[in-house]
Amino acid sequence: MNPLSLKERFEGGQSLFHDLDPRIKVVMSLGLILGILLTPEGAFPAYPLIWAVLGSMAVVSRVGVWRLARLGGIALPFTLAALTLIFTTPGQPLLRLGGLVISDAGVVRFMGIALRSWLAAQAAILLSLTTPFTDLLWALRSLRLPSTLVMITAFMYRYLFTLGEEAERLIRARASRSASLPDQKGAGGSLWWRARVAGGMVGSLFLRSYERSERVYAAMLSRGFDGELRGYNPPPFQWRSVLVGAIPLLAVALIQIMAFLWFRGVR
Amino acid sequence: MSSPVIMVEELSFRYPDGQTALSKVSFQVYAGEKVALIGPNGAGKSTLLLHLNGVLRGTTGSLTIAQMPLTEANLGPIRASVGLVFQNPDDQLFSPRVYQDVAFGPLNMRLPENEVRSRVTQALAAVGLGGFENRISHHLSGGEKKRVAIASVLSMEPKILVLDEPSAGLDPRTRRSLIQLLGSLQQQTMLISTHDMRLAETLCNRVIVLDGGKIVADGPASELLHDQVLMELHGLETP
Repeated sequence: MNPLSLKERFEGGQSLFHDLDPRIKVVMSLGLILGILLTPEGAFPAYPLIWAVLGSMAVVSRVGVWRLARLGGIALPFTLAALTLIFTTPGQPLLRLGGLVISDAGVVRFMGIALRSWLAAQAAILLSLTTPFTDLLWALRSLRLPSTLVMITAFMYRYLFTLGEEAERLIRARASRSASLPDQKGAGGSLWWRARVAGGMVGSLFLRSYERSERVYAAMLSRGFDGELRGYNPPPFQWRSVLVGAIPLLAVALIQIMAFLWFRGVR
Repeated sequence: MSSPVIMVEELSFRYPDGQTALSKVSFQVYAGEKVALIGPNGAGKSTLLLHLNGVLRGTTGSLTIAQMPLTEANLGPIRASVGLVFQNPDDQLFSPRVYQDVAFGPLNMRLPENEVRSRVTQALAAVGLGGFENRISHHLSGGEKKRVAIASVLSMEPKILVLDEPSAGLDPRTRRSLIQLLGSLQQQTMLISTHDMRLAETLCNRVIVLDGGKIVADGPASELLHDQVLMELHGLETP
């Protein structure tokens, strides 16, 4: 079995969304995430509406509404960090658990955080499912993200796989020599000894990567690298793509305005 | 004969830890020559190659590449004249996609966009990988990576092609097709560091033997490669 199977998120395909200018997709996704995070607390009618926007995008890009919803669940474990809000937010007590009090305001706040994270994760995942990583890098670069950051991300992407293979080779080498005699139970020594072996492997992986980085840099210098990553001038934006990218943003903006108005009425 | 494209004079190099890697190495390579650089592990072959485009700078001695003395000011044009192909393609191919790697050198030379594109197309065609532009580098086979590595240097149209152990780790068929590929670049001046004596015999007309950081022999391939005493003395073998 491959202990370090790395897989690309991107799935090829043909759709309006796949073919959209990656720069517009990045700006649109960031705008959507920002919009989702700005949803006022307790404005629950806004959430299904936003989900409907994301769902329509999932349909247009042929990813599938339910699949995207399921993938968005990846964000939920992280919302556990906000679970304490249930107890600490002042409000009407709903339930007493020993010395802890669950308040209604706390539940509302926690639900809001969980829903917003889930929706924001869907927006990000939709971007990564429909845009090749190299296009994302290109988009970030043309959107003037500092080139050092883009380069570091590009190298990380390129060498993650090489590093994974190297780690795999080390693990195989260890496994091949983790022998035991017939009357022994399991292979290897004490926990401490095994921890030391694992530590040595991590160290060796670091040294190999470090040495590789020097060789890669030499290869870059050999081809005239002078600290600046060169590329072509990005093509101009097309109005059609800008309009397509603006639709979901406008929809979310409209939902937000309604949510704010509704929220004010409620209060 | 015209003036040499590589002129190395009394080049010495010591690693920062004090270990001597090259001592008083001198040789010249002329346009169109195909030279094999052979010698045991640790002889200083790779170290010498890294000097040819100024990635490493000698402790003493001087280099002249394509009539340019190797100085800080000349590094750019010298790196455009010396195409260095590294032993491990994973070190050489650092871009996510094949196209980006082959275009990296020409872009650094600030060539216009259409010139870069046509050079990438030509270089990939020359190594038999036309149409590979959008492939992802880490998904290629070992032989394909090697070819892309060579293309990434050919796209700079270097005066001298320098290869470090080009056939290491290749299966026999891939190795043969690599030899064929290198043989097809007839006009190209080449310096090939290798342990593959048959490759040296097939491709090169001249051999330089390096051992312990010194040049111990320099002469026609047909003579030196079949000098059993010389080969065995330096941990090598006849083809």
